[in-house]
Amino acid sequence: MRDIGEIRMQVMWNRLISVVEEQALTLLRTAFSTSVRESGDLSAGVFDPQGLMLAQAVTGTPGHVNTMAEAVLNFIREIPREAMYEGDTYVTNDPWKGTGHLHDITMVSPSFRDGKLVAFFACTAHVVDVGGRGFGADGRSVYEEGIQIPIMKFAERGEVNRDLTRILQVNVREPRQVIGDFYSLASCNEVGHRRLVEMMDEIGLSSLADLGTFIFSRTREAMRDRIKSLPKGSWSNELVTDGYDEPIKLMVKVAILDEDVLVDFSGSDPMSRWGINCPGIYSKAYASYALKCVVAPDIPNNAASLSFFNVVSPVNVLNAMRPAPVALRHILGHLVPDLVFGALAQALPGKILAEGAGALWNIHISVRPAAGREGRRAEVLMFNSGGMGARPGLDGLSATAFPSGVHTMPAEATEQTGPIVIWRKELRPDSGGDGEFRGGLGQIIEIAPDDGHEFDFSAMFDRSQHAPKGRAGGKEGAAGIVRLDDGTKMRSKGWQHVPAGRRLVLELPGGGGYGDRANRSAAARAEDRARGYIVEGEV
Amino acid sequence: MTSAKDRIRLGADIGGTFTDIVLAVGPSGDFGDEKIFSAKVLTNYSAPEQAILDGIDIVIREAGVDRSDIGVVIHGTTLATNALIERRGAKTALVTTSGFRDVIEMRTENRFNQYDLNLRLPQPLIPREHRFPVRGRIGANGRELEPLDEAGVEALAAVIAEQAFESVAIGFIHSYVNIRHERRAQEILSRKLSVPISISAEVSPQMREFERFNTVCANAYVRPRMATYLGRLRMRLKDIGVNCPVFMIHSGGGLIAVETAAEFPVRLVESGPAGGAIFAADIARRFGLEKVVSYDMGGTTAKICLIEEFAPRTARTFEVARTYRFSRGSGMPISIPVIEMIEIGAGGGSIAWLDTMGRIQTGPESAGSEPGPACYDRGGTWPAITDADLVLGKLDADNFAGGKIRLNEGEAKRAILKEVGDQIGLDAVATAFGICEVVDENMANAARVHAVESGKNISENVMIAFGGAAPLHAARLCEKLGVELCLVPRGAGVGSAIGFLKAPFGYEALASRFTRLSEFDVEVVNQMLADLKESAERFVRAGTSRSIVREVTAFMRYAGQGWEIPVLLPDVPFDADAPVKLADLFRDNYQRFFGRSIDALDGLEIEVVTWSVKAMDERPGVERRELLTKGRTVEPSSFRCVFDPAVGAMRRHSIVPRGLLVKGDLVVGPAVVVEDETTTVVSSLFDAVVQNDGSILLIRKVRNT
Repeated sequence: MRDIGEIRMQVMWNRLISVVEEQALTLLRTAFSTSVRESGDLSAGVFDPQGLMLAQAVTGTPGHVNTMAEAVLNFIREIPREAMYEGDTYVTNDPWKGTGHLHDITMVSPSFRDGKLVAFFACTAHVVDVGGRGFGADGRSVYEEGIQIPIMKFAERGEVNRDLTRILQVNVREPRQVIGDFYSLASCNEVGHRRLVEMMDEIGLSSLADLGTFIFSRTREAMRDRIKSLPKGSWSNELVTDGYDEPIKLMVKVAILDEDVLVDFSGSDPMSRWGINCPGIYSKAYASYALKCVVAPDIPNNAASLSFFNVVSPVNVLNAMRPAPVALRHILGHLVPDLVFGALAQALPGKILAEGAGALWNIHISVRPAAGREGRRAEVLMFNSGGMGARPGLDGLSATAFPSGVHTMPAEATEQTGPIVIWRKELRPDSGGDGEFRGGLGQIIEIAPDDGHEFDFSAMFDRSQHAPKGRAGGKEGAAGIVRLDDGTKMRSKGWQHVPAGRRLVLELPGGGGYGDRANRSAAARAEDRARGYIVEGEV
Repeated sequence: MTSAKDRIRLGADIGGTFTDIVLAVGPSGDFGDEKIFSAKVLTNYSAPEQAILDGIDIVIREAGVDRSDIGVVIHGTTLATNALIERRGAKTALVTTSGFRDVIEMRTENRFNQYDLNLRLPQPLIPREHRFPVRGRIGANGRELEPLDEAGVEALAAVIAEQAFESVAIGFIHSYVNIRHERRAQEILSRKLSVPISISAEVSPQMREFERFNTVCANAYVRPRMATYLGRLRMRLKDIGVNCPVFMIHSGGGLIAVETAAEFPVRLVESGPAGGAIFAADIARRFGLEKVVSYDMGGTTAKICLIEEFAPRTARTFEVARTYRFSRGSGMPISIPVIEMIEIGAGGGSIAWLDTMGRIQTGPESAGSEPGPACYDRGGTWPAITDADLVLGKLDADNFAGGKIRLNEGEAKRAILKEVGDQIGLDAVATAFGICEVVDENMANAARVHAVESGKNISENVMIAFGGAAPLHAARLCEKLGVELCLVPRGAGVGSAIGFLKAPFGYEALASRFTRLSEFDVEVVNQMLADLKESAERFVRAGTSRSIVREVTAFMRYAGQGWEIPVLLPDVPFDADAPVKLADLFRDNYQRFFGRSIDALDGLEIEVVTWSVKAMDERPGVERRELLTKGRTVEPSSFRCVFDPAVGAMRRHSIVPRGLLVKGDLVVGPAVVVEDETTTVVSSLFDAVVQNDGSILLIRKVRNT
């Protein structure tokens, strides 16, 4: 009976998603770095033996998922089938073959059942250090950004490659956290593999081929319908961002065709001298993400749904080539959705949200005892979010990661990792762009070295000179501000110093507003006042 | 050996709509050894204890015992949960660390659905204007970085009094390592205020400010109402001559003293449902069912819990009041030990309504017991699920709750048509069917999501259905989920209350002590464990005369990780080689959980974060029973028209009184099995076989293979 068969396929599909979800949760539970265990800067997925992504975990972030979907093909290309054994795990942090910068470790494990290769499990996570200059934009080439691990075996037949772990031990600043995270990445694939084999044993499946066909054909049908219902044509947009020491212009042309959507980054600025360049796979990941949010938010993400989005670009800052420095590729990557939305807003007026903070305000802090004092050294990484743009019909979300899918770290967990004190982390009043619907608020963060310590920090901030724009008549959100508590202005990119006794103050951008402010309801304005979302300015 | 206090035990479960009272007489054990008397009384919101007193009178009369014969009262309630879901709690002020005013509003800065651009995040329990920052700061290692601004706290007291707050929560950064500032602020405020003050380090002493602050806010939010209620309950029980100890069932399925519960009412969240899970686990054990999904539908909510190998799943943190298709992250986190389940606003009293696009929706608003569904004829004008069940013929207007509540079908139809049917051009029966389909689909979706989150396939489970409304909807739910067997136990209408009596007298004593294995002091640890054993056993001894079993667990991790795994320890004092043994046990467990222990980092430190000693009384063993799947067909004596979803029309159903059924009887669907507490619908796709203990087993007619 066709119906019953179909229901069983659907159950198996759901089951597969729960297998990868468990894979991702294992990574969260075993990881050492706060970026993984508290923030979920990771992704996990299951692939068929050809390397096509069948399902991704709900937990995770788009920049990883959509890049990892391509990365697995690179592993298959470089490790011949006859060199794959049960118990193997492969690894790389190659920005162009993995997920865009050296800090992301991608691991792929073949899954064998009764000696037959039935699937691959892959996962990616951001580790706290990879040596080199540390996490920042100051490297002049990828060689300065840290240790490069080409595609190789982390474990063969269950035996960990001790040569690799010994090399890591002396090349990274926090070897315990980093090597610990390598182990937890491998574990998470192992857990996915075990659950998959259990599922296949239970159902009596010898391969995932039929299930894959079902998943891909269902997805393709649904995607085709969605693309069909879109207006056809071609629309362009331009977005200027802070850059490192000079503004950078991003350009896009989005063409909605009969069968797919084509995104072209021609016209964007050339590669930067600084580590804010974006490898093509990462720009593509976020362009696909933006399109999917608008076109098919409810269709599962897999190789078939991703195949409807094609992204091309000449070599430029959104398609940087080796050996360009790419450590902070996420900043421009996170602005790609706003760039794409600006084009889509012309195709779908009244349907697209305003610009938001976009890029996470990540900060890497390298803390040490002040001269002549006793204390601890530590590397501390924090992810923080500004406001999201207002939506047609809804205010923007305040202090919420978008387009990234990470969580912030609890301040308490961050302070456990190193001698810093977070004195403030709360909403930033008056930062949401006005409009019929208000942009989400940014946040204010104050961080000081603990007594007797000082720190250097790597600034990875944007939208400090180019505020998020409103849409449909909405006002722009507040631009970001970086300073010390004594008023000293700081730069939004690069390594800088905070002496003992001073506090670093970050004011994160708010989202742009949507629609004419004259149409905002009196009730909404009264609430903004009562809650202190709006303190200054006219009523 | 059983003493008097083991012999006559009373369970009382206050739900959103009904209060269930169960009296067990005789030795606790298998059904048949003890006699169960039960009563279902409408929940009384203004005086919830009144329903318990009324129920006690009914069951003692039936049992022929005196009030003073009752040896123990075990009580659980969803009053706290419902207050959180429906946002009906005290006006609460949060006093928090300066600079962290928005912790409960900023949450994790994450979107729980990656692709939905129109996502709405749940509103914080306490709005921004009721959150008051004060200066003062404890560091990550417990050192004071800035003294508490005591003058500021004093000044706040005046503001809190002036604005007539009814409850106060205090949540300071790092209070789980150093409670001093929270305690001091509590002292200062309590000198000037007479409202209850909850502090986060006591309510939920765990790192991660969002979870801890939210938990203390939830505690404060429900506390005034719960404390008043529990105080009144104890007084009135004494007044009527019930002088025995009173225990509360807590979220984790164990028991706590009433005094503790009044101070920490957040631990009562999900206590009623916890009783239901224990009830289902007990039945699963009797029948040897290793994969069970328990389905408990009362007046206000439906609860779904997976029970594997006879034990409900447990967790140390959970979410209540999920707002977005039951997605993880869309509710509010509560960090306390809990039986893990999913709960949605789908009960007999859930109200049906039309959304802006003209689609039928149900819940989470509930008609409750006052005024109740329209058919109760107590002034309710909104159509509830019970109204739809009545219009579809699933309920008998003259024999609801044993004839104690007469249902008015005219009112039910009127409400259904006025609020829903007339606006979309459907007659009363079609609208009622639509309402039931929507609520059944919602529950099926919740069950699937819950199973998926646990990596399970829902259709492989046997369902155990209980709670007043579950047997009315269970067969249809099974159809939607592909579940082929569903057990409706005896006492299904009052399952949670029976479960309370099955709860072990158990207590878990916890100590959060970071213990690195390299710095392991055998004497200190042995002393601490001895103290934990002492306090756990003392508690258990007060409530039981049976022998006591213990379980010693260390929650361990590699130093630097953020999460621990439980490692079961031998229950003997440690000796000098304890660190080596503990390390081996940890690595074995780690490997079992995660596939591979970490060996490349020589000397990677292993640490114990929390030590736990669980003590509980030993339960008597049970006799395994086989499921009967075949039986003698019962000839029905009467019939009634009931809606059949399979054909989409009213259709003749057999009416079979449960009291007349004996083991081995087979009821052919479509049929309705009626009893005082509930009604079991045997849909046209199912038959029912009566089991040895009187349970009804629904069996899918044509097995899909």
